[in-house]
Amino acid sequence: MGVKKTAVTNRRRGSGGQQSTNSNKPNLSVDFAGLNLKNPVMTASGTFGYGEEYSEFIDLNRLGAIVVKGLSTAPRQGNPTPRVVETPAGMLNAIGLQNIGTKAFIKDKLPFLRGFNIPVIANFFGDSVEEYVQAAEELGRADGVHALEMNISCPNKQAGWIVFGTDPKAMEQVVTAVRKATNLPLIVKLSPNVTDIGLMARVAENSGADAVSLINTITGMVVDVKKRRPVLANNTGGLSGPAIRPVAVRMVCEVYKSVKIPIIGMGGIMTANDALEFLIAGARAVAVGTANFVNPMATVEIIEGIEKFMTEEGISDINEIIGSLTIR
Amino acid sequence: MPKPGQFYMLQTSDSYDPLLKRPFSIFRQEDNTLQFLYRIRGKGTRSLADLKTGSTINVIGPLGNSYPEPEGDFFAVAGGIGIASIMSLMQRFKHRAYFFYGARNSQELLMLGDADEVSNEMILSTDDGSAGDKGLITEKLENFLSTYLMDKSFPVYACGPAPMQKEVCRIASQAGMKCYVSLEEHMACGLGACLGCVVKTTSGYKRVCKEGTVFNAEEIIWE
Repeated sequence: MGVKKTAVTNRRRGSGGQQSTNSNKPNLSVDFAGLNLKNPVMTASGTFGYGEEYSEFIDLNRLGAIVVKGLSTAPRQGNPTPRVVETPAGMLNAIGLQNIGTKAFIKDKLPFLRGFNIPVIANFFGDSVEEYVQAAEELGRADGVHALEMNISCPNKQAGWIVFGTDPKAMEQVVTAVRKATNLPLIVKLSPNVTDIGLMARVAENSGADAVSLINTITGMVVDVKKRRPVLANNTGGLSGPAIRPVAVRMVCEVYKSVKIPIIGMGGIMTANDALEFLIAGARAVAVGTANFVNPMATVEIIEGIEKFMTEEGISDINEIIGSLTIR
Repeated sequence: MPKPGQFYMLQTSDSYDPLLKRPFSIFRQEDNTLQFLYRIRGKGTRSLADLKTGSTINVIGPLGNSYPEPEGDFFAVAGGIGIASIMSLMQRFKHRAYFFYGARNSQELLMLGDADEVSNEMILSTDDGSAGDKGLITEKLENFLSTYLMDKSFPVYACGPAPMQKEVCRIASQAGMKCYVSLEEHMACGLGACLGCVVKTTSGYKRVCKEGTVFNAEEIIWE
């Protein structure tokens, strides 16, 4: 797919989300698994809480969508500390999926999010197929949840602690079960800790997923050499940040070739240029994660940067960019 | 206007390594300047120290809660670089602090002139005896409280290494005094989103950056 060039003279820095009669303003809106996104930039689950903290820094209405911190049916207190450690151009975290639970989320956090004019995507997880199904049912019924994102990088306590997202059979079982439990758009968040991510994406697609998101964090470890112990209390953690971006872009590229359903690309996006790499590689939307920790205005700056890039390059519609990668 | 005990997240470099901002307690505010006091301890503080005068960095703050205001006199206990946060408290409430300050050696006892001036009484100790008495500052505090008849309504404020804070909490509790500690934890965001900097309390994990950094000693469950 080539990039269509159109003559654009207006180089004004636009503000996404505002209505404009200026026809030279590039179109950033995308259709994503039935959701109408005003731009393709979302937040990555676990890096944005339930939106409240960041509403002090940015207008949440500017976002393409908000993906909230992962939820389970019962609240989780999470891991002991240390939970985070910085690594070269990244960070390792083992929060342990601390969350307030689906019921408290629906009662205490959703009313705030309903006040914004953007899709809310509820990320959820479980320890068993039943827990996944229950969480999906509860969140799927809630007023103000527009789509569900399944974190499948959790072990199945009823089947030898096999991580759902790293075993095709386990993944098929849990995604198929959740698919039956909700009519909302269902996004499966893929684990990068697999040999063939294209295969895992196909399993998700064949099991009824409407979209996939990738990548989740890459499992890693940092050792304290004096104590000869892992720094994190959980021993291992998930690596995120710009260090993992090339891995993530490569995986998005592979998944784009493997499935027809749309992709949310993520992994170390810090700038508009980074986001564009994912879009070109085939992601129809992108999620900003660790960058929110570094700069709470990162999402909005990335949206503005994408618009600026399009204006400067004479690209009128973001859909011309998506999947436009030329492979040598 | 920042209050004593609050902190700021400071960008330490333009590169991705170090990537995250670093939290620093407000040390002093004067004539439209914010002042921070830090020890070069790792990559972030090294990078901060390497900045040229006149450099511009991103700063977020003030963040977190603050020390509850003392009604009258109070005890202030600082260990090492914990002096930064304790100094801001003593400067805000001048000549009311019984000030206990410990460090490894005399060179690491900072701002002694200023501290002496704003405190009511200053008691020092070092690990090597190069300034003040040799030994732990918590021993000095405990001796002081058992020697002098103090008003038990005076609150105790502490900032320093975790073992020191834990000990201050124990001593204050035994003396029947209220105690507030400003905790330190590794933070990714400083805004309450990452849930990295939690501390175990009687009502579950709380975020040091959001519900803290100052906690009532009674609610902390020490590891």
